[in-house]
Amino acid sequence: MGTPTQITDAPPPAPQPAVDKRAVRGATRPGDRIFLGLSRGSGILLLVIMAAIAVFLTYRASLAISKDQGNFLTTFQWDTNLVPPNFGIAVLAFGTVVSSIVAMVIAVPVAVAIALFLTHYAPRRLRGPIAYVIDLLAAVPSIVYGLWGALVLVPHMNGLFGWLNDYLGWTGIFSWEGGAPRSMLTVGILLAIMILPIITNVSREVFRQVPQMHEEAALALGATRWEVIRMAVIPFGRSGVISASMLGLGRALGETMAVATVLSPTFDIQASLLDPGGGTFAQNIASKFGEATEFGRDALIASGLVLFVITLLVNGAARAIIARRKEYSGANA
Amino acid sequence: MSTATLTPKGPSTLRGARLPKWSPYAIAAGSIALAVGIGLAGGLHSRVQWGLIAAILYVVGTYAIAAAVEGKRQAKDRIATSFVWVAFLLAVVPLASLIWSTVVRGVKVLDVYFLTHSMGVVADTEPGGGIYHAILGTLEQVGLATVIAAPIGVLTAIYLVEYGRGNLSKAITFFVDVMTGIPSIVAGLFILSLMLMFDMQPFGFAGSLALAILMMPVVVRSTEEMLKLVPNELREASLALGVPKWRTILKVVLPTSIGGITTGIMLSIARITGETAPVLLLVWGNAFINANPFEGAQASLPLYIYQQYANSAGSGAAYDRAWAASLTLIAFVMLLNLVARGIARWKAPKTGR
Repeated sequence: MGTPTQITDAPPPAPQPAVDKRAVRGATRPGDRIFLGLSRGSGILLLVIMAAIAVFLTYRASLAISKDQGNFLTTFQWDTNLVPPNFGIAVLAFGTVVSSIVAMVIAVPVAVAIALFLTHYAPRRLRGPIAYVIDLLAAVPSIVYGLWGALVLVPHMNGLFGWLNDYLGWTGIFSWEGGAPRSMLTVGILLAIMILPIITNVSREVFRQVPQMHEEAALALGATRWEVIRMAVIPFGRSGVISASMLGLGRALGETMAVATVLSPTFDIQASLLDPGGGTFAQNIASKFGEATEFGRDALIASGLVLFVITLLVNGAARAIIARRKEYSGANA
Repeated sequence: MSTATLTPKGPSTLRGARLPKWSPYAIAAGSIALAVGIGLAGGLHSRVQWGLIAAILYVVGTYAIAAAVEGKRQAKDRIATSFVWVAFLLAVVPLASLIWSTVVRGVKVLDVYFLTHSMGVVADTEPGGGIYHAILGTLEQVGLATVIAAPIGVLTAIYLVEYGRGNLSKAITFFVDVMTGIPSIVAGLFILSLMLMFDMQPFGFAGSLALAILMMPVVVRSTEEMLKLVPNELREASLALGVPKWRTILKVVLPTSIGGITTGIMLSIARITGETAPVLLLVWGNAFINANPFEGAQASLPLYIYQQYANSAGSGAAYDRAWAASLTLIAFVMLLNLVARGIARWKAPKTGR
């Protein structure tokens, strides 16, 4: 690695006639102090930024919420231009949760299966290229997903929606009145595609850590490959898969552009996933921002604060689960 | 006589009966043929229905045949195998469709004229115009964000790996992890709240600040991973020669891991280049060329795609431009990804991986 040449670059140690304890400890040299200060300073700066985000969002949000005539949590409207203004996040919270749940229901089983495919099923030579393809899925910008979703995915949903309406329409969740399929289900499918890579990558990391001994022991007892996975791999990786899913959930909750391009928003809550309507926090901010007054922007910041707190909780929980088993390096995914 | 019984001619009975290797393909072909037959006979028009019938027949057929020949446990194993394969194929379909449609629709208007002209005097509904102003804006905003975020991120990672012990580094590690999950629109709202306070109009650098917030944690994480790969012997050798710690870091640790750090920074650049939401809130968009990121609204490539899509619904020219801009953006991001991975492979330290 050429390290010997690098080491010879360093100056030879100065001869020291008398042993100076402070020099031996080394931390008191000015260069060291400056460097330590710089690097510790950047670390602290990151903490300060996080704190500043919370403080400033809370301050601007409080300006808006204090003038809100309705209940900020339960009002079904977003009329920030009224005098007095009347707005609330009930619809947005519902839409955000529903679209994320749909995304999770689709993405988690598929992602876990792909992770298993990459660790246990794929031909060994294909594993690298396939992992790369999954990474490509993560590299595509969200606005391109949005454009693709709106112009390619939406027209293709008609058939599926009609089928769901025919056979499952009686549940109320899958009833469809024939509007354009710019609905929560389409958004959920698109979000599922977008969060697939992160769940796959973290789960794959976890499945790779499964002790070889456990798997070999199961095989030696005559287990089939599926039984090995069920008895040795899944139990070991369960907490990792849970935290991977929560990381994906964090992404799905905050996704903006893909939802804003695909959904045709309304400000009401409906049971059907197939009829267009509803909204999410991030989508509402992006679409209402253009026409918002300064007060309207404060109101949007207030809804953003709620989103911030929710994603903070979800991500914090996911990271806490990962941190308990420190050997996973999946946090980088 | 006894030798004949010791060497049986058939397969070892210890392993049990196995289906031949070609059986999955045979069952697949059979179920597809049967599904086509049922589809034709039943007058089902949708090809999706044919596919679903074929899939159900395949699953049932595999289970039945495997259960009859190999036993129930093997049959379950075969079902699991086919489910895992299907999941993988399911993930490839949207990616292929996305890249295919972007390339096919994007090349229509993508040419040198498109790359070197702005939308200055072109209405959204007219054909013509280009993305020069958007590329310029994106490069400036992302460049400034990198200048801010890369040093801070690398220094933080150095602190965490080389100095970090105790509660401060634990807190930083945790909050860096949490910060990775901040939705991009929240970062935009944070800068927006600052701008509202000082009564500022949208400008490019505001977008850079928000992008820098999104970029920092990614740089910290990837740099941290790379610094951890540097063998401790190198540090110890340098320190044993009396080299101060800061020079050890600058001359030994960083050069050893520079490839990986560069890769991490490039991947994070690729990530923020595609961010639309903060740019939408803070930079606002501009049809004219504005080369000054510190004053006045600027354009940006992802924002351009969104505006072409949203402001001119129904117009073919705007859709074509949106697809062409998407193709440009994807090509740029993929190129960054490829180069970054190339550097990673080329400069990878021998430990790990």
